[in-house]
Amino acid sequence: MEGPLLDFFRAARGAGLRISPAESIDATRAVQVVGLADRARLKDTLSLVLAKTPEEKRAFAEVFDLFFRRGEFGGAQADAVPGEPPADAPQGGEGEGGEGEGGGGALARMLLADDRAALAAAVEQAAQEAGLSNIALFTQVNLFARRILERMGLQALEREIAAAPDGDRADRLRLGRDRLRGQVREFVEQALLLYARGETEAFRERLLQRTRLSAIDRRDHERMRVLVRAMARRLATQYGRNRRRDRRGVLDVRRTLRRNMGWEGIPFHTVWKQERIQKPKLVVLCDVSGSVAAIAQFLLLFLYSLNEALSGLRSFAFSGNLVDVSDLLEHLPIEAAIPEVMARAGFGSSNYGMALADFEREHLRLLDSHTTVIVLGDGRGNRTDPRTDILARMAERSKQIVWLNPEYRTLWGTGDSDMPRYAPHCRVAAVCNTLQHLERVIGELLRDGG
Amino acid sequence: MSIPWHGLLSSIEATEAGLQSAGYIANRPISTALYLAHHLRKPILVEGPAGVGKTELAKAAAAWLGLPLIRMQCYEGLDESKALYEWKYGKQLLYTQVLKDRLGSVLGEEPGLDAAMRRLHGVSDLFFSEEFLEPRPLLRALREPGGAVLLIDEVDKADQEFEAFLLELLSDYQVSIPEIGTVRAEVAPLVLLTSNSMRDLGDALKRRCLHLHIGLPEARLEARIIASRVPGASEDLRRQLVAFVQQLRTLDLKKLPSVSETIDWARVLVLLHAPQLDHGMVRETLNVLLKFESDIEAVAPQVNDLLLKARREAVPVR
Repeated sequence: MEGPLLDFFRAARGAGLRISPAESIDATRAVQVVGLADRARLKDTLSLVLAKTPEEKRAFAEVFDLFFRRGEFGGAQADAVPGEPPADAPQGGEGEGGEGEGGGGALARMLLADDRAALAAAVEQAAQEAGLSNIALFTQVNLFARRILERMGLQALEREIAAAPDGDRADRLRLGRDRLRGQVREFVEQALLLYARGETEAFRERLLQRTRLSAIDRRDHERMRVLVRAMARRLATQYGRNRRRDRRGVLDVRRTLRRNMGWEGIPFHTVWKQERIQKPKLVVLCDVSGSVAAIAQFLLLFLYSLNEALSGLRSFAFSGNLVDVSDLLEHLPIEAAIPEVMARAGFGSSNYGMALADFEREHLRLLDSHTTVIVLGDGRGNRTDPRTDILARMAERSKQIVWLNPEYRTLWGTGDSDMPRYAPHCRVAAVCNTLQHLERVIGELLRDGG
Repeated sequence: MSIPWHGLLSSIEATEAGLQSAGYIANRPISTALYLAHHLRKPILVEGPAGVGKTELAKAAAAWLGLPLIRMQCYEGLDESKALYEWKYGKQLLYTQVLKDRLGSVLGEEPGLDAAMRRLHGVSDLFFSEEFLEPRPLLRALREPGGAVLLIDEVDKADQEFEAFLLELLSDYQVSIPEIGTVRAEVAPLVLLTSNSMRDLGDALKRRCLHLHIGLPEARLEARIIASRVPGASEDLRRQLVAFVQQLRTLDLKKLPSVSETIDWARVLVLLHAPQLDHGMVRETLNVLLKFESDIEAVAPQVNDLLLKARREAVPVR
């Protein structure tokens, strides 16, 4: 019983479920309790033990069906076969000159007899020997297909075809060989789907986290969206954590006395003074002008997700004039919100001075000593007045200013970049052009209260 | 183990029938979860939207198995002294006051301070014994001689630290009290934790639990639930109101009505002696189903269409 179950765990891990050894033990015990007879019951049981979020439940149901649909074929066919695995097939994947007369002969016999059940069993057996369940990347399909065929005795078969006198027999063998190739390939692709989907996904996701935001391909946008959301949620959990810390050793006399009033003021309970960790209030200014349009999409996406997760976030977008987009992000669904923001503020040529002036005129009162201002932009104002004086005033009023720039540091100050002039007023001025950067900077901000 | 209720959980079908006898209509995953929880000695973590019967499941299980239900509502700032145990300070103080006079006679004959201290050490444990222990829900559940159903409600509202504190209890059904030692459950309680996904629970906690997700029920199940909870509703009414609510759930609303709202609505309609749904009555009682003004405003103009469809689609109940 353990064998198929272990294979299933591997497949489930492939589908992105995190199954720890402890959970696989639990699952095995659970299956012992309910038995294997009833498929629906087995599914319920494993789902209870292995899948721990609604998303995981969905992924689980999918992989369960896929896995056991495949198992059904194997089972039905295995019944029909008395079982003559090609045990004497050439060993070693690269075995060039393997003899394998028996194997080759058996293979030829099976092909000639068109014994599908025996062929399927042989493929299954060879796949197990080749370690097919370790397949991880789509580039390995050909490799595994070749190994399986070799183990089944392809070379001996080729020799037999070559040696066979022209005519019916050779033609039939050739036809059978080609069909077998196709079948094995299909089999391997199915295994890839089963075991390696999570692996491939994880690989792509890791890659995406490190790719420059502006260089991300359109077809990856959906995946990015998921990543960004997960990140925002993670950050929000961190943010929502307990914001108080006991300062042990510093007695809060007033509260201690009050707590112990019932016992004539004899201090059974000591109450320590607490320090409150400030939750940062965030005001975000996001440049969405033409020069950063590619990256702005993702910054807005991030803003949107962050807005879902944190309360009291004020966001503004600008290229020339500053537009308050808090309401848009709050009320519109994401598909509508981002194009709407871009339509209102985007694609112009940026003018930081004007945007800062707008902010000072209308929104400066948002800033107080708890507020952190985050500016997302490249600091290229097309040679307009940078108005660093306003930024200086904002820095004075607020707790700090954090400037995240998608450009590499070496480019700061070249051409029309005003970055070196802005930077002195910011507590942090950092390069931020991948998801990892973004997460690190914002995470630090939220952790120590800015 | 000779636990009287052990036999009741002999199979998944028996579990389902048992829950039904307590007025809880369970679908297959739910009864499987309860069955496994008992046989694997594992807690169940129940997640799902508000009002789908997460808490109700614990109540029904307790009623059916004839066990006491011990409920602990979680909230921010919940700590050990409220969840596990506390010393009865008042009683300790009172006893020391009352015994003050006796102390003199106990210590009187000792010659020096050291000897008196030694003597005192001998009796000091008196005040930190079972007598002065005030058990809170978790400890009560462990010490219940015949077992219990422990409901840890809305665990996501408690702090992360508390979650970590629960781990020992959930994996071994034991807790450590420094002054007394380890308290282990004679009969492991059935533990249910509920969560509304206010925040993500830690992996360590999730790993120790069976994870049950209860969603909004499909029409047939919901009709059975109504039949069981509001027996006064006529079959016609039941079909129509379930079909109506099912349709409401397909709309884009702030808060979708869940089972508890359907039950409330059915009760209201029964109270109003409604033989079946009609337009005016639905309009007037919409506030039972929908909890946001904006939702009510959004639905009100569509009531007629929904009603027509509901009448057409009303599903027959088995």
